[in-house]
Amino acid sequence: MDAAGKMFLKHANPQRFLGLSAVVLPWAAGATVVLVTAGVYLALFASPPDYQQGETVRIMYVHVPAAWMAMFCYSIMAAASAAMLTWKHPLAAMVAKCTAPIGASFTFLALLTGSLWGKPMWDAWWVWDARLTSVLVLLFLYLGYIALHNAFDDPGRGSRAASVLALVGFVNVPIIKFSVDWWNTLHQPSSMVTAEGPAIHASMLAPLLVMAGAYTAYYVWVLLLRVRGEIIAVKIRALQMRQAGG
Amino acid sequence: MTRFLAVVRRDLRLAWRQGLDSVMVVAFFVLAVVLFPFGVGPEPNILARVGTGIVWVAALLASMLALERVFQTDYEDGSLELLTLSPMPLELAVLAKVCAHWLTTGLPLIAATPLLAVLLNLEWEALAVLVPTLGIATPTMSLVGAVGAALALGSRRGGILLSLLVLPLYVPVLIFGAGAAEAALGGFSARPQLLVLAGLFCAALALCPWAAATGLRQAVD
Repeated sequence: MDAAGKMFLKHANPQRFLGLSAVVLPWAAGATVVLVTAGVYLALFASPPDYQQGETVRIMYVHVPAAWMAMFCYSIMAAASAAMLTWKHPLAAMVAKCTAPIGASFTFLALLTGSLWGKPMWDAWWVWDARLTSVLVLLFLYLGYIALHNAFDDPGRGSRAASVLALVGFVNVPIIKFSVDWWNTLHQPSSMVTAEGPAIHASMLAPLLVMAGAYTAYYVWVLLLRVRGEIIAVKIRALQMRQAGG
Repeated sequence: MTRFLAVVRRDLRLAWRQGLDSVMVVAFFVLAVVLFPFGVGPEPNILARVGTGIVWVAALLASMLALERVFQTDYEDGSLELLTLSPMPLELAVLAKVCAHWLTTGLPLIAATPLLAVLLNLEWEALAVLVPTLGIATPTMSLVGAVGAALALGSRRGGILLSLLVLPLYVPVLIFGAGAAEAALGGFSARPQLLVLAGLFCAALALCPWAAATGLRQAVD
């Protein structure tokens, strides 16, 4: 095993993770506050209105990063689930479990802001195009994952069953990504990843990327908090079991 | 292969002797479709326009009804554990049970479709596409459904949970199945949609038994 792999395994131990995450946590929280402040300023004041969409284009700075995070979180959840099924690592199981509600919230935020943006632009709160439908399916996959996780008396069984579901549902992620290319949708295709580089002006790209950074920092912050809570809950349960056993 | 057929035969015999599962599924299918003329009004033009979609959605819901029972009874009486211990790969056993499930629910649904086409005033072109698309799509639904049934096995709220797990995964099948009928009604060839449905079936055939078997192994652990 290479050095990076050993390094990873060393810190993947729950006890070490508690120590490491205690160091990272304030930085992630600080980065979230700074980036959100900067991103909101850039998005609402420093960036120009769109020549077609006017001021409503500012919804983009909330909407697009949320949609990115929705897919990013699902990918993390699927990867952690695969790791959990392969190596039965407790930390991977916790990461997958704790990512699900955050990802579901980002998905909901993307759908909500998209709906608010769609009303002035398309004159409809909702249209049944491929992008919107596949993101709605993603939200249901998140909800199904959470429901399956909580449906068993034995938490280990719920965790394993939900992991399989996360992997099965991963087929949806590339469908979301390429839905705007495969189908002729009302939702516009990606302006970021094109053959000629980002087809978006720097004055709009900068706030978008800062907001994306803010969302990622927020995700790391909340994830660390939740995983720490999970580890502590497991410890408390173990202590209670020991006490009950006499 | 002998073992595979033995499992199929056993499940078919159980379905035949225990009960009315197939009859109930078809009855639900017909009833669900019959409700729509009351809901959207009995005008023949409207019914002919939305009829294929109604049949599709009703078929989807009906095929989900009996899903819970695919592994549940075996799980309760312990024969599932024997299946996991048998020399036959569990993936193959899953496939056999899916076959039996399709034969007892999917096939009767397809058989009932012409009757519903008459009730909904569907055109011949629509029916001529509806039957083959359902023929390809119902096995896919059984395969995907088996994954959900295996994962939800032994959970606290089986039925509702199962629909939450399985229905989002049915969406692609529904889109292309209903799209095929739409294309045929519009005078286009339904071939692209049929090919996509066939592709979905192949993907499900390759992946679902594996995922369902993983779920089953966890359930009997």
